[in-house]
Amino acid sequence: MNKNSDYWKENLRLVVVLLTIWFAVSFLFGIILVDTLNTIRVGGVGLGFWFAQQGSIYVFLALIFVYTKKMNALDRKYNVHED
Amino acid sequence: MELTTLTYAFVGATFALYIGIAFWARASTTGEFYVAGKGIHPVANGMATAADWMSAASFISMAGLIAFNGYGASVFLMGWTGGYVLLALLLAPYLRKFGKFTVPEFIGERYYSRTARIVAVICLILASITYVIGQMKGIGVAFSRFLETDYDTGLYIGMAIVFIYSVMGGMKGITYTQIAQYCVLIFAYTVPAIFISLNITGNPIPQLGILSTMAEGNTYMMDKLNLVVSELGFNEYTTQVLGSKLNMFAYTLTLMIGTAGLPHVIIRFFTVPKVKDARVTAGWALVFIAILYTTAPAVGSMARLNLMNTIQTGPVGEATGNIAYENRPQWFKNWESTGLLKFEDKNGDGRIQYYNDKNKEFAEKAESFGWKGNEMVKVDRDIMVLANPEIANLPNWVIALVVAGGLAAALSTAAGLLLAIASSISHDLLKGIFKPDITERHELMAGRIAMAGAIGAAGYFGLHPPDFAAGTVAIAFGLAASSIFPALMMGIFNKNVNRTGAVAGMVTGIGITMLYVFQHKGIMFIPDTSFLGDMSPNWFFGISPNAFGCVGALANFAVAIGVSKMTAAPPEHIQHLVEDIRIPAGAPAATEH
Repeated sequence: MNKNSDYWKENLRLVVVLLTIWFAVSFLFGIILVDTLNTIRVGGVGLGFWFAQQGSIYVFLALIFVYTKKMNALDRKYNVHED
Repeated sequence: MELTTLTYAFVGATFALYIGIAFWARASTTGEFYVAGKGIHPVANGMATAADWMSAASFISMAGLIAFNGYGASVFLMGWTGGYVLLALLLAPYLRKFGKFTVPEFIGERYYSRTARIVAVICLILASITYVIGQMKGIGVAFSRFLETDYDTGLYIGMAIVFIYSVMGGMKGITYTQIAQYCVLIFAYTVPAIFISLNITGNPIPQLGILSTMAEGNTYMMDKLNLVVSELGFNEYTTQVLGSKLNMFAYTLTLMIGTAGLPHVIIRFFTVPKVKDARVTAGWALVFIAILYTTAPAVGSMARLNLMNTIQTGPVGEATGNIAYENRPQWFKNWESTGLLKFEDKNGDGRIQYYNDKNKEFAEKAESFGWKGNEMVKVDRDIMVLANPEIANLPNWVIALVVAGGLAAALSTAAGLLLAIASSISHDLLKGIFKPDITERHELMAGRIAMAGAIGAAGYFGLHPPDFAAGTVAIAFGLAASSIFPALMMGIFNKNVNRTGAVAGMVTGIGITMLYVFQHKGIMFIPDTSFLGDMSPNWFFGISPNAFGCVGALANFAVAIGVSKMTAAPPEHIQHLVEDIRIPAGAPAATEH
């Protein structure tokens, strides 16, 4: 049982880190800090605007694939993987 | 070839393809009807999920909202993609491990309560039907343009087609058709975007086009757009907010958690072979979704630029600066006949003035030009994507393709949702609760009748939709966000939440959200019954009804945890069930029942 609860704790830690990034790129960069970030320009648009309409989506993608990779490794580490 | 003929050919060919696939893969057992047979590859499943997900709201409506709301429409872009992160990290793998047919089934078992299951079914039906209303609006717009009829007729024809299509299929048919539909819709969305981006900026990649300079001169495209719209009194494109920053925050959060709470998406994660696949399927789904979502800002901004330039052909204020009504382009006439675009010559000069007459400062200036108010009295946002290739003078086959793509998007989602409604009525209510001894054949029949009923209800509301397609869909997300997502998440992450807490939480969450939506948008969306009026001064902290789901969700979490603390803890076997869901090993084979 102990082994499983360690697995769960490590999983939660990973989820918290990834969701912090998730929050940062969308709510923080795309909405709360948008005006400040817009003073930096990427091509013809402000950085805040870019995060809100483009950047956040790319980061979301990366987050899911990182999670998948890390969790597969974690499953093996604690020997809770299928088959 | 003529546009009408081409459109018929494209739409006909794609429909023949879908129906062919549905027929070939016709569901024969209940298991196949609800979830496709096991062993669908994650990439294929991701593609089907993307088609299921991207509805008329994404395809037809979203870019139109971006075109007119600029930065403010970012809520849709972030909200409808960011939810996949929540889905992958918080729900999908665990629900797959649990391994059942439907969302209410999980809630019923985790909270060891038939009441919880019934409440979940009701929440699910409310959210799904509202969602289908949004689809019906999109389908109505697409058919009215394509068949050159008014909106209502377009809607009736659309209802008939959705009915034939989804009642025949079932999930197995739907998974394969949805892969075909994804290909059609993504092709139809990106091809015109590439053409238009190339025309306007010289860069064929729309995602880079919006960052580039205009093809002629070295002004940045977005700066040019900002200039064009502010010259006519509209808000600056890249900085205009939707209500307020707080409203945008709430709106985005609502759409994100609603995404992770919508049954027709969650149901897909029951069909993957392994827990591992559930995680990566969410990733693949988002890859396919992101292709459209990162293109949409280009479609929206460039459509707006083209629209403004079509009407305001010369300098603002000069008599000849506006296009003469008799010289209006063909697309303008086509859309006028659907009733979704209307012109009224207020100052009788025979020319079209399109400007923001609600901007006091500019309205005064406009008066000095002899303008007597904005003459584009109706520009339905939902026509923008379909009209876009015509506005940009693209070849006829591109226009025909977009119509086929829009229909693919609307149909695939409507079918997926109807299936979720059917399964919750026939599987959860009938078989699970009221008539456990029902035969498979009768269960299938009940599911099909439920679908027909849902189409009828959605069509009825679709005649007077509460908002644009995307807005209506946003309300559905609010309902799912406030009821289903918290119950699922707490079911996995909090062992102490018990049945009383879960039921109280769901009822509070969806109750608050519905009350708020109805008091501003009318009871059952009937406008005259709205007792507070759909006006921003009456909004709670300026949060619009579409964005209110996250407040309901917060209340759901608080009530569920609070009530659980005051009542008896869940029994031991439920605690073990939760522990078991948390580890992948020993997952049952995919939906073998």
